[in-house]
Amino acid sequence: MVKKNIVGQVILNIIFIFLAVAALAPFLLLVSSSLTSEATLAKYGYNFYPRDFTLAAYEYIFKSSKLIFRAYAITIIVTAVGTTISVLTTVLFAYPLSRKELPGRMVVSFILFFTMLFNGGLVPSYIMWTQMFHIKNTYFALLIPSLLMSAFYVIMMRSYFTANIPNEIIEAARVDGAREFMVLFRIVLPLSKPMIATIALMIGLRYWNDWTNSLYYITDADKFSVQAVLNTMLNNINFLAQNPDVIADSSMMKELPSTAVRMGVAVVGVLPILAAYPFFQKHFVKGIVVGGIKG
Amino acid sequence: MQKRKNKNKAAHRIMTLELYLMMIPGLLYLIINNYIPMGGLVIAFKQFNYQQGIFGSAWKDPLIGNFTYLFKTQDAVNIIRNTLAYNITFIVLGQILAITIAIMLNFMRGTKNKKIYQTVILIPYLISMIVVAYIVFGFLSTETGLVNKMIVAAGGKKINFYSTKTYWPLIFIVIHLWKGFGYSSIIYYATVIGIDSALYEAAAIDGANVPQQIWHVTLPGLKNTIITLVLMSLGGIMYSDFGLFYQVPMRSTIISDVTDTIDVFVFRALTSMNDVGRSSAAGFIQSIVGFLLVVSVNLIVRKIDKESALF
Repeated sequence: MVKKNIVGQVILNIIFIFLAVAALAPFLLLVSSSLTSEATLAKYGYNFYPRDFTLAAYEYIFKSSKLIFRAYAITIIVTAVGTTISVLTTVLFAYPLSRKELPGRMVVSFILFFTMLFNGGLVPSYIMWTQMFHIKNTYFALLIPSLLMSAFYVIMMRSYFTANIPNEIIEAARVDGAREFMVLFRIVLPLSKPMIATIALMIGLRYWNDWTNSLYYITDADKFSVQAVLNTMLNNINFLAQNPDVIADSSMMKELPSTAVRMGVAVVGVLPILAAYPFFQKHFVKGIVVGGIKG
Repeated sequence: MQKRKNKNKAAHRIMTLELYLMMIPGLLYLIINNYIPMGGLVIAFKQFNYQQGIFGSAWKDPLIGNFTYLFKTQDAVNIIRNTLAYNITFIVLGQILAITIAIMLNFMRGTKNKKIYQTVILIPYLISMIVVAYIVFGFLSTETGLVNKMIVAAGGKKINFYSTKTYWPLIFIVIHLWKGFGYSSIIYYATVIGIDSALYEAAAIDGANVPQQIWHVTLPGLKNTIITLVLMSLGGIMYSDFGLFYQVPMRSTIISDVTDTIDVFVFRALTSMNDVGRSSAAGFIQSIVGFLLVVSVNLIVRKIDKESALF
């Protein structure tokens, strides 16, 4: 469709190399400042390359901070448990909706779809979760509110079932006397592995990155996830950023994690995602394409 | 015959029962997580107190008291203006950038480099706004930020970004585009590669050059996707990326005139000002207007082009 235009191709590649660098350079700043000594940071500021090299920040993180270790464990467990429950709920809800024989299918579909159009917002939700369910400072707060099941993924999953699972297979299994649960877990789900992987990834990423639930419902530092720790440390940077005088007070500085340590925690928070990304990017791109166009 | 029919009926009933059993967890969740809070919106018309809860609290007298209180201050105008203005800017610039990138990607040859670019430009989408706030701080911090170091090196004067309003609209736009451009260009790219290549060949035979091909083949082919995506964004125009506007400016209240959106205000009023009245009034407006917008935009689109409508 285009002539073999070498110059044009070179220009295109240059533009994309620029875009790729623009996407990555900010991470470089994060990583290199976590590897720079405090004195150098104070003198020369943050940069894309470490002016000197020290692992002091990471030593601090691994040796002296129980908080960060626990936060890490919480994030991993919450992500694993949350993703499992969420995918299960999503699949169990999507499968019946894909069955044309189900009476009341349209009503339930509408109940689901309506939640994408209208919602009560933060105030009633916050009051309900805290006053009715007493979720404050419990791990349920990290697992349940707004994260557990989203209409978006249910609809994605249902469309996949409708388009890819031939009704004949289900019929045949039922004639053989299989129960619906067996049909779903023995026949439908094994045929839907790619879509389940995609949805599990997107849900998992949401759990890993979630900081709003911690912000709303968790005040107890013992129950902080990695994102909640980052959130709290951000406050401290904020404190310093707005009060330059405080920096002069050295006793204050000793109690707060240093500038490099904070960047180090941010690196530790994103590293698992960045490390795993090459392996899941294929599923992820597919999820974006499927979900983005017909959500 | 009759017996068999009865057996079928019984089997159908059991099937229905089993299928509904599967949906119980999801239905329960929708009721609790989504529908109770919808009912809870009445809180905007109540004199809320925590002992009596949302439904037990007395009605506000006058009923719209929370709203008049909200609109008495400049806050209401600011947060609605900011939310709408930022969203419209984001939608327009976001689509232009994404479509441009998708088209360029389509004209590029070679599969390996293409795949690498696609993979890399998605990375900003993967990280949380908190981490973005750290990165932005690395650039903008008054004492140690890269931007200020460069300004000083060039002989300029340091800018205290976190207390200067001027730059924030630009900063938000840059961050929003940086974080989202990979995501949206991949959605457009998926549509672009779906366009029949025979159309390009036909256009080329008619003597169309590349820009003409883009104009007459690519863009019409993208029309439905553009409408769908813009429609979805317009439906969410009352909502903002809470993390972007709350965390990235480091919660600085000095610049809240240009950084506070409805979501930030609702959160701040609810938690730090303990002002449930104004918070719930703002949230109510957000929910209702947001809902009316999705429905009406969708109605308009249905009139123009039924295929592109969401529902």
